[in-house]
Amino acid sequence: MRYSIFSLLRQALTGHQGWAPAWRDAAPKPAYEVIIVGGGGHGLSTAHYLAKVHGITDVAVLEKGFIGLGNAGRNTTIIRSNYLLPGNNPFYELSMKLWEGLEQDLNYNTMVSQRGVLNLYHSDAQRDSYVRRGNAMRMHGVDAELLDARDVRRMLPFLDFGNARFPIQGGLLQPRGGTARHDAVVWGYARAASGRGVDIVQNCEVTGFLWEGGRVAGVRTSRGDIRARKIGMAVAGNTSTVAHMAGLRLPIESHVLQAFVSEAIKPLVPCVVTYGAGHFYVSQSDKGGLVFGGNIDGYNSYAQRGNLPTVEDVCESGMALMPAIGRVRVLRSWGGIMDMSMDGSPIIDRTPVAGLYLNGGWCYGGFKATPASGYCFAHLLARDEPHEVARALRLDRFAAGRLLDEKGQGPQPNLH
Amino acid sequence: MRIECPFCGERDVAEFTYLGDAAFRRPPADAPDLAGRYYDAVYLRENPAGPHRELWYHGSGCHAWLQVTRDTRTHEILAVRLATETPE
Ligand SMILES: Cc1cc2nc3c(=O)[nH]c(=O)nc-3n(C[C@H](O)[C@H](O)[C@H](O)COP(=O)(O)OP(=O)(O)OC[C@H]3O[C@@H](n4cnc5c(N)ncnc54)[C@H](O)[C@@H]3O)c2cc1C
Ligand SMILES: [Zn+2]
Repeated sequence: MRYSIFSLLRQALTGHQGWAPAWRDAAPKPAYEVIIVGGGGHGLSTAHYLAKVHGITDVAVLEKGFIGLGNAGRNTTIIRSNYLLPGNNPFYELSMKLWEGLEQDLNYNTMVSQRGVLNLYHSDAQRDSYVRRGNAMRMHGVDAELLDARDVRRMLPFLDFGNARFPIQGGLLQPRGGTARHDAVVWGYARAASGRGVDIVQNCEVTGFLWEGGRVAGVRTSRGDIRARKIGMAVAGNTSTVAHMAGLRLPIESHVLQAFVSEAIKPLVPCVVTYGAGHFYVSQSDKGGLVFGGNIDGYNSYAQRGNLPTVEDVCESGMALMPAIGRVRVLRSWGGIMDMSMDGSPIIDRTPVAGLYLNGGWCYGGFKATPASGYCFAHLLARDEPHEVARALRLDRFAAGRLLDEKGQGPQPNLH
Repeated sequence: MRIECPFCGERDVAEFTYLGDAAFRRPPADAPDLAGRYYDAVYLRENPAGPHRELWYHGSGCHAWLQVTRDTRTHEILAVRLATETPE
């Protein structure tokens, strides 16, 4: 069913009895051309672009639980392409362009809201590094504007401008950045892929690989063996454990990241704001809740929950930036498992195992990458060569010394 | 999460700094394939879902480096020893 004002009117007049399920909950077939492991945003967008751009529809997305209950449904929904390095920037900008056309492409309301992403700076040195990043963005055709304190005060008059230790001097704004509705992104991609014939198989955990002459020939799952010519991993926080089943060790550690939402308040925060003197980012959802987060907890974790010191740290940073929220109550907090790579950048590449492809290392920035990640992973799976904008996201860059370390932190995943 | 420091007793995790997997070993300078061995040591991680032996520094306490065995699925601390002791 195509969604439009007419389908809405028709349903409204007939009591909304005729809505069909958005996508097919399929049972697994014995074999496919391509299997994608992981029904998060990246797995589902890969399936969509495989079907739409490359005409490959004999595809299954295998999800161990229900689609979108991993990081795809846990993130703070910020989308942006304000990257410094030439290996990252064109990739994230492709993603931004795909976001801009996503609702038309999927015929689904993913609530993409380009309300702007503002990174605040609090010192001369920080301003200089933001100027450098802003210039790098502009050289790649990405929008970037440097604001001074007066401009920021006009946008966000409630911030603590008088803070003696970390005065707000200004910010780097990407006007095209913003937010999107994470669950809708999952469902939109699932619906579009399913509509082209892709099987979305839930409660189907991959527990091992089938081998044939040294290459993978399929997967063992909780719903039986399934064969495929090519297998793509898009399991985010579980990347190491699934790769381990194929005998691979990866430059990745799994870490927990927490997020928070407050009770609903009247419209206050018009854009995404990030604090430059601590790790804190916030936006306001359409329901009115403040959606915010900070750093990862900082230790290896597969538990989808974090600890209290991080909660305290995030809330302290929030209070330092906007004391006005002091009496707003936190409704919920939760955690998700990040596949933190050794240089803070993702990997979309073949693996040393023939037939097995890797999409991982998204750290805590993978939601914004959902469209381009799927686009480039589909390209790699279909053509066996990297997409132009994903050429730098190689697995062998660590051995070769061509790291993509935006922050310059070195091989210490909990600092990226 | 609380870590039982051998010197200071059970303390809040906020007093500690995390370094990572305690399995790191600097390859001997005369090892064959030194570049490969370094790549392995610096970048590749076991990253298990389960017991993990890792290094923590008690910065707000006694300043000792500890090796902590912790279940990454539950955050349960299974054992704490000084980093200089041989692992169990
Ligand atoms: C709290 C939080 C806040 C975040 N905020 C942002 C943000 O503001 N902006 C941003 O860009 N990014 C953000 N991220 C990061 C982003 O959510 C992730 O990088 C991204 O969602 C990862 O890709 P995915 O959607 O495919 O992952 P997931 O949704 O985690 O998908 C992976 C799927 O694989 C499945 N799986 C795992 N193992 C197996 C197996 N053996 N067999 C079958 N299936 C398996 C899992 O069940 C899961 O559904 C945030 C993450 C968190 C947790
Ligand atoms: Zn101590």
